Amino acid sequence: MNIDWAALGSVFGVSLVVTVALVGLFTLGVVSLTKKESARGGTAALAVTGAYACFAACAAAVGYGIFLIVS
Amino acid sequence: MEHITLLLGIVIVTALVFDFTNGFHDTANAMATTISTGALKPKAAVAMSATLNLVGAFLSVEVAKTISGGIINEQGIRVEVIFAALVGAILWNLLTWLLGLPSSSSHALFGGLIGAAVSSAGWSAVNGSTVVTKVLLPAVAAPIVAGLAAMLATRLSYVIGSRTDDRATAKGYRAGSIASAGLVSLAHGTNDAQKTMGIITLALVTGGAIAPGSNPPTWVVVSAGLAIALGTYLGGWRIIRTLGKGLTDLAPQQGFAAQTSAAAAILASSHIGFSLSTTQVCSGAVMGAGLGRKGGVVRWSTATRMFVAWGLTLPAAGLVGAGAEFLTKQGTWGTIITGVLLVSGAGVIWTLSRRRPVTVDNVNDVESESAGVVTTAIAAVIPPPAGPVVTAPAPDRNSGPTAEPTSHATV
Repeated sequence: MNIDWAALGSVFGVSLVVTVALVGLFTLGVVSLTKKESARGGTAALAVTGAYACFAACAAAVGYGIFLIVS
Repeated sequence: MEHITLLLGIVIVTALVFDFTNGFHDTANAMATTISTGALKPKAAVAMSATLNLVGAFLSVEVAKTISGGIINEQGIRVEVIFAALVGAILWNLLTWLLGLPSSSSHALFGGLIGAAVSSAGWSAVNGSTVVTKVLLPAVAAPIVAGLAAMLATRLSYVIGSRTDDRATAKGYRAGSIASAGLVSLAHGTNDAQKTMGIITLALVTGGAIAPGSNPPTWVVVSAGLAIALGTYLGGWRIIRTLGKGLTDLAPQQGFAAQTSAAAAILASSHIGFSLSTTQVCSGAVMGAGLGRKGGVVRWSTATRMFVAWGLTLPAAGLVGAGAEFLTKQGTWGTIITGVLLVSGAGVIWTLSRRRPVTVDNVNDVESESAGVVTTAIAAVIPPPAGPVVTAPAPDRNSGPTAEPTSHATV
């Protein structure tokens, strides 16, 4: 019997890291967007920029996911 | 057009029917949380999932070279064996759908193949160690991998977003979970429609209709993609309800965490090469997300029923597959009887499902009714013991303070 523990371990690690990172980033983005309403001027602009940076990173991850499916 | 015998024609139709059941059985994986958290209306969700499944079917050019991944010896496999395996897989898929339990369609197919192959050529046709490494171990690993990821992600998400208004953020999480669900649907179309194409191609090669090593003909690709998309669009509402509402209650951000961990685990597993069942990954992710919220609960009685179904998938589909192969071995009349039994079995299950239909309208109703559906269905398909009182086989003693209200069948 030849169980590929290394592959199982990688799947485990990659899933965990990617999920936590993506959900964390996305949550940051969502939270920043809601903070925009309470903040003013420069802070608001910063919050929006930060939010869009987070969403862009998540969109890139989705793009990479589609690439993995297609290739 | 290739020369196609009657038996080959029956096998192709059966393979497409399996593909169809695979579609509606697995809609829940991608869309259950999206529907239950209100990210998409049920109809819109299944339409999106169906479209992406169809697209996915055409995306990958890599043909499933082996349909069983080495679990059985495919050298010299006969068309009848494929037919018998499909019968076992379809009937198990329909039964678990009737009970509203998410279970792996691939494992049902493996089970059917194992049963049919053993019945046809004896135990030597099955690679026992591959069964362990490709079916049993992943079945244990999948929910743990996806569940832990979803749980931690949910915790983190609640920590980061602790000082925000739930209503203000819900829209964002819903949008995010739609994207993750889309990835799951696309991956499903690529993997599972390919599997059916592989089966039909193998049957065509075995039956001598096309040369060995050929790519699937275009009509095979198109029909497999359409069958899985149609099944997905029909929506396996029973399983969607179990996964979306039955296992746990999900807030939008939990749904997002669950769906994202499912997508990550599915893509990681298919890319790294340790294949996990999509169904088991998604179920694990939903439970993990449920546990990740402070005060979140998982209804362990429902979860236990689901685990039992996972454990039974291989042997049950295998037994039916073996029986079907025993019949088809007898000759043409045996094949015809098997076909008739398949159709009537499917008819009985469908009729039973009409007693308490779960439709697009009541898919998001509360669990107490869902438990009723499940227990009634179990009571309906399992011969009741002596005495008028029928109790669900679900372990009621298991219901701690967190579990659902004890559910006695109300037949």
